[in-house]
Amino acid sequence: MTEWFQGQLGYGFGWFVSTLILILMIALPLMLAVAMIIYADRKIWAAMALRRGPNVVGPFGLLQSFADGLKVFLKETIIPSSANRGLFLLAPIITFTIALIAWAVIPFGPDMVLADINVGLLYILAASSLGVYGVIIAGWASNSKYPFYSALRAAAQMVSYEVSIGFVLITVILWAGTFNLQGIIAMQKSHVFFLNGFGFNPLLFPMAVIFLISAMAETARAPFDLTEAESELVAGYQTEYSSMSFALFWLGEYGNVLLMCALNATLFWGGWLPPIDWAPLYVVPGIIWLFAKIFIFFFIFSWVKATVPRFRYDQLMRLGWKIFLPFALLWVAIVSGYLMITRYGALA
Amino acid sequence: MAPQAAEYLPILLFLGVALALSAAFVALPMIASRFTGSHKPYADKLAEYECGFPAFEDSRSQFDVRFYLVAILFIIFDLEAAFLFPWAVSLGAIGIAGWTAMMIFLAELTLGYVYAWKKGALEWE
Repeated sequence: MTEWFQGQLGYGFGWFVSTLILILMIALPLMLAVAMIIYADRKIWAAMALRRGPNVVGPFGLLQSFADGLKVFLKETIIPSSANRGLFLLAPIITFTIALIAWAVIPFGPDMVLADINVGLLYILAASSLGVYGVIIAGWASNSKYPFYSALRAAAQMVSYEVSIGFVLITVILWAGTFNLQGIIAMQKSHVFFLNGFGFNPLLFPMAVIFLISAMAETARAPFDLTEAESELVAGYQTEYSSMSFALFWLGEYGNVLLMCALNATLFWGGWLPPIDWAPLYVVPGIIWLFAKIFIFFFIFSWVKATVPRFRYDQLMRLGWKIFLPFALLWVAIVSGYLMITRYGALA
Repeated sequence: MAPQAAEYLPILLFLGVALALSAAFVALPMIASRFTGSHKPYADKLAEYECGFPAFEDSRSQFDVRFYLVAILFIIFDLEAAFLFPWAVSLGAIGIAGWTAMMIFLAELTLGYVYAWKKGALEWE
């Protein structure tokens, strides 16, 4: 496609137009996916509580998220008189921007990746680390009690679980020997006999579990949604927000949840590879496998949200600092030692 | 331009598109509400949220020092992870010497971690 546009419009401008189209082909379906995943979340949650969930707008309530979006769009944007106006409006922009940009390096198929950079995983880590700025700026700029406390809690929580996520990623990098996400997926091909995925490896499976739980904590999903515990903090750092600026936090949050599901799939369960290394399965396009895996992980997220009671803050911090961190640290030593002996022949 | 840097151009463009989209989402409803007539600010509506009564004190009050401790610990362990990333990707090239050196470093950091634990920096009851 890039060549065709470059032939039509000249080298530089042709590249610009085709890249812009590719970006919109990621960003717009992503926003659509977020709208549908919010619907799916509500339906799954309702089904587990033996309710019907949204079922009025459109067939089976499928258009519910769009109706909500339109309603919220037409609402008044209220900026509290004591708020720092610039920062107040900047916070949702940062949150949503960061939820979008990490998708630039996610591989959707053998050749379907926007930017196949050699430090893809580091880029994702950097982009997801920036998410904390949106939260803390929102809490500070609101100049209101509940958003402020919520922002402090959220920042401490995200930062705590980022540490264990960092060590989990190191075990994956040790095994894959590359930061490139396509390279990581390639290393997972028939990793354990005929199974595609690091998660099938008994040495890496505990890391997959820690990553899944840390992903829930990092995105402040239930049971770790202390940042918006209604009984204590009203609506958390979003309390003072209204209209689309409020919706952007929602979209960003679900965008991050989808990103974490995609990372779970990519780093531990083979990404766009089929789960079993068997030729007929490769007939199905990689993007279908990836989407199926993302949805399975999203179902797990919803399932946990519907069934597990909320943690207390001290329990949350204990799990992150006293259980996951030492365990992941130990596991880095074990995995690297195992690789030194088996792959790099340290004892030979 | 170096081919390595060219790989990052789509990301820069993506950042621009994402910023433009989010800014539009914030700005457009503000303009739209002027036309639909939903934009009617008044003093009570613009006051900060405080369960139905005026706020007693400044919201940017003192908070627990443990949030600072978490931030400091985070810097230590995230820096440690930053050291580990290049080591992890080149483990095959640096061999047993590099592995041993990093294990010694990890052991020293574990000592610091145990110290922080014993000092009660990780307690949140």
